[in-house]
Amino acid sequence: MPLNPVELLGQLPGALSQGLIWGIMAIGVYITFKILNIADLTVDGSLATGGAVCAMMILGGHNVGFSMLCAFLAGLVTGFATGVFHIHFGISAILSGILTQLGLWSVNLAIMGRANISINVNNYRLLVSLRYLQEALKGNRPFYWSPIVVVSVFAVAIIALLYWFFGTELGSSVRATGANIDMARAQGINTDWKKMLGLMLSNGLVALSGALLAQYQGFSDISMGRGAIVIGLAAVIIGEVIFGKIFKNFALRLLGVVFGAIIYFAVIQTVLWMRLEPNYLKLLSAVVVGVFLAFPYWKGKLASFASVRKGGARRA
Amino acid sequence: MLEIRCISKTFNKNTVNEKTALDKLSLTLKDGEFVTVIGGNGAGKSTMLNAVAGVYPVDEGRIAIDGNDVTRLPEHKRARFIGRVFQDPMMGTAASMEIEENLALALRRGQFRGLGWGIKKAERKHYADLLGELELGLEQRLTTRVGLLSGGQRQALTLLMATLKKPKLLLLDEHTAALDPKTAVKVLEITERFIRRDNLTTLMITHNMKDAITHGNRLIMLYEGRIVIDLEGEQKKNLTVEKLLEMFCSISGSDEADDKLLLS
Repeated sequence: MPLNPVELLGQLPGALSQGLIWGIMAIGVYITFKILNIADLTVDGSLATGGAVCAMMILGGHNVGFSMLCAFLAGLVTGFATGVFHIHFGISAILSGILTQLGLWSVNLAIMGRANISINVNNYRLLVSLRYLQEALKGNRPFYWSPIVVVSVFAVAIIALLYWFFGTELGSSVRATGANIDMARAQGINTDWKKMLGLMLSNGLVALSGALLAQYQGFSDISMGRGAIVIGLAAVIIGEVIFGKIFKNFALRLLGVVFGAIIYFAVIQTVLWMRLEPNYLKLLSAVVVGVFLAFPYWKGKLASFASVRKGGARRA
Repeated sequence: MLEIRCISKTFNKNTVNEKTALDKLSLTLKDGEFVTVIGGNGAGKSTMLNAVAGVYPVDEGRIAIDGNDVTRLPEHKRARFIGRVFQDPMMGTAASMEIEENLALALRRGQFRGLGWGIKKAERKHYADLLGELELGLEQRLTTRVGLLSGGQRQALTLLMATLKKPKLLLLDEHTAALDPKTAVKVLEITERFIRRDNLTTLMITHNMKDAITHGNRLIMLYEGRIVIDLEGEQKKNLTVEKLLEMFCSISGSDEADDKLLLS
């Protein structure tokens, strides 16, 4: 069967909305990975926590906005847990994240009561849904209520808020903690509390993204966050590699991260369209992210080799 | 201004690597005193400075700055009183942040950091003026990332940051040791200027005996975690490197002084 380009085109709006939702998650990863210089694996758990809390609240008859707020708050708590492991128990950041992630599996199951909870768009008023996207594409729904527009507005608002926050005295001290912890302490910054704050904020955003994702796909699943960190890192790195040269401003960098997530999902859709066995998707993601993460290292190595070849002989 | 009472610090206690870095060390600094600190490798110079700064707690003893007991205060809280410059030029500044952002962080040392904007407009003019005084051409480069500066420029900037909000105590931990000789002279000259201008109480570790003699109004030498030489006034003025070495040999009962002290 030949490949059908129209089919791919039809799938791109879906990839775009998914990319936007995961873009919010990737902004959370950016806060820990790039600003705090911590690889926080909590996100695999906190994404599902966000989805679980939001789904259960909606099922309980709560307003969708309030449900999402609670998901965000739950995310803050997961980040707090990792912060306690890391800062007060002295466990390395990566291991702390893994511990929280493992614990969250049980917590998420407890929240939902079972592994999968469906929130049918026919029965509940949701903010975003795959159904809305299809309706908007068919013209049965105003375009501004399509998930693409709604999530875009969300993403822009979050970027604006973060731009403001990281420009404040408090936000600057979080950045200083990640940039040079010795200097931060010498300047009187309580680096422990700043790390905690960053971890909480990051996981709050990840949980919010999980809340949007659960609505979009119409269900919350215990394993919806599996591999989330890799997708988040992929978005951060793709955003940096492609837009790093032109996006210097902090807000634009965050925008680059969202674009990175969109590109990631567009690529995934394309690969699926090319009839790759979906089972291999995670392997593919892992390899691609691995290669991108290696980029700066390889570049540095190459540069040092080049300088040796150029100047080494003469100097010797 | 600074009162160190009988502090001790032992690293790796009860292991084969046990090392007593500070052995019941006491030192009192008067307001405005500029003390140079010398001593061989492992004499406890850096440990003393780090103990004062709160990098690690001491095993026993008491440290007070300007009458405030800081012995149990964590590092970031002591920073309210202390300005610091490290040996490694990379350590005192945040490379990925701009010059003005680094200065703005330093201006708020010891203050509550809230949700007000991180750099106020009026500050920029102030920063440009101060950077101009360094005569390193940094006044035009407020928004340059610090990572792009040379080691000497970064060290001068760290010095400016340490004194931007007048500290009760300035701690300099061999802050010129990693610089080339010409830059080291320049940074030392800026150091001297800042200390004189604000009459700062200062502890300056140096590997260079000549610097230790020419700068400051008091000189102490550490040996095995204790202060073994403490000179000020006329005594210090009349010092020479040779005399200092002689004194050291008679104290340590050996003639390895050359090796231990002149390695710089």
